[in-house]
Amino acid sequence: MKERLIGFLLFLSALVSLASLAVITFFIFEAGLPLIFKVGLGTFLESSAWSPSGKNPQFGIASMILGSVWVTLGAIVVGVPLGLAVAIFSAELAPPRLAAIIRPVIQLLAGIPSVIYGFIGLTILAPLVRTTLGGPGLSVLTAALILGIMILPSIVSISEDALRAVPRAYREGALAVGATPWQTIWRVLVPAARSGIVASIILGMGRALGETMAVIMMLGNALQVPRSPLDSATTLTSNIGLELAYASGAHREALFATGVVLFVLIMVLNMLANVLTGRVVLWRTRLPVSRSIFARLRGRQPAGDRSGS
Amino acid sequence: MSDIKIQIDHFSYTYGDEPPVLRNITLNVRRNSILTIFGPARGGKTTLLRSLNRLTDIDEPGKRQGRILLDGQDIYAPSVDVPSLRRRIGMVFALPVALPMSIFDNIAYGPRLQGVRSPSRLSDLVQFALEAAALWDEVRDRLDSSALALSGGQQQRLSIARVLALEPEVILLDEPTAALDPISTAKIEEALITLKSEYTIVIAPHNVQQAGRVADDAAFFLMGECVEAGPASQLFTVPRDRRTEDYITGRFG
Repeated sequence: MKERLIGFLLFLSALVSLASLAVITFFIFEAGLPLIFKVGLGTFLESSAWSPSGKNPQFGIASMILGSVWVTLGAIVVGVPLGLAVAIFSAELAPPRLAAIIRPVIQLLAGIPSVIYGFIGLTILAPLVRTTLGGPGLSVLTAALILGIMILPSIVSISEDALRAVPRAYREGALAVGATPWQTIWRVLVPAARSGIVASIILGMGRALGETMAVIMMLGNALQVPRSPLDSATTLTSNIGLELAYASGAHREALFATGVVLFVLIMVLNMLANVLTGRVVLWRTRLPVSRSIFARLRGRQPAGDRSGS
Repeated sequence: MSDIKIQIDHFSYTYGDEPPVLRNITLNVRRNSILTIFGPARGGKTTLLRSLNRLTDIDEPGKRQGRILLDGQDIYAPSVDVPSLRRRIGMVFALPVALPMSIFDNIAYGPRLQGVRSPSRLSDLVQFALEAAALWDEVRDRLDSSALALSGGQQQRLSIARVLALEPEVILLDEPTAALDPISTAKIEEALITLKSEYTIVIAPHNVQQAGRVADDAAFFLMGECVEAGPASQLFTVPRDRRTEDYITGRFG
């Protein structure tokens, strides 16, 4: 009886999370879609004229889309090489004790509130960019550098798991034919973990695309199409965050419509990541051989086998 | 040139606080011969093979005593370059390792790592290695398809071919036919006997019959000790040690 009650309560909690997703989806689309139909999807996405509250309001979010794209790509350019390097170091090269420190420290980065990141970008990085490279300082470059750090936890943890999941036999097979450790990593382990690594990058993109607070603080919030990394810009998220408080009527609807676009983009990225990580799982279960190699080697070397993932 | 390719000299190996996996092994491997190391499980066979090309380096650090000499050179000397040592002493594992790439790339993998770029040289090496491993006729028409699609027996011969493409001096095989059917096993054994004219081979077979079929020399390992070593013809017919005889005649193991 008690068992069933607990089971039911857990089922209910699962249902609540699912239902909240459904409700959020429904309300965003309900509030945003009418405007998109009124303005026309093409104009809404392709025009960069945004004057939502005048006599002849114009609703074009192209400059914000481009701002989001620039910032997200910039964050990827910064975060992926760094994150991949950390993941490779921690999974393959670091002594187990050091790896045990790196992992939680990187995870700690995920716990820092984004307003703190924004604060650091605003007070330290932006002046630095302004004085050394020119421009207003509050720029795509500044935001991308900080966002690159913010997405490290997603990239590092998932890439590292993928690297650790590569069958030990691949590693030994490569080493046994005289590959150096570096060649083993670059030509065998990274390709074998590729789908997990790509998934981590996509999740990182999702995080960068969705980030709001830090972007508002660092990007300068200029309603313009950025021409260079030193320009200010606005993103989909920062525009919603800045304007929703005072928007009403069609303006408000347009912000919800912006939310719809953002929502769809993030959903697509997440689904892509799920499909890719899903493939990692499928691919591993298709190779029972590698599993039994794990078991064999573990049986033979009981003292804290490093590959125990 | 000395007749001895590898000289194992009072070699012991211990993982952590456990009893030694190898105890004071002294054993010679003759050039261009097949030495078989046999005995029941957990006798130290695998650890010895892994010590010979220093794959034990990547395990949890163990304690090592004694020496292993390849052509008179200590392979654990600080000046030894480990990757090039592993190219001289190639290793084939119990479970076939087909890397997730095409058949051709699996074989060309080692040479490419060494910097061989010329396509004609690579395809020569691939053909030579596949022929030597008795796989060429089965895969010559589909070198570009994935190696993961090969059968277990083919994948194991592929693993052997991958090692051969490195043109090593010594080939180590750890239970190379443990996961294979009798026909594939016979093919691999035939290949090995042909190969010994060019290479020195050390094999840890998974059963004593295979040891008898392929070996020139044999060493019986029990609980980390080398109980007895000598010419296979003598060791399998008139073993000197009682334990060897008991094992060969099937009283345990």
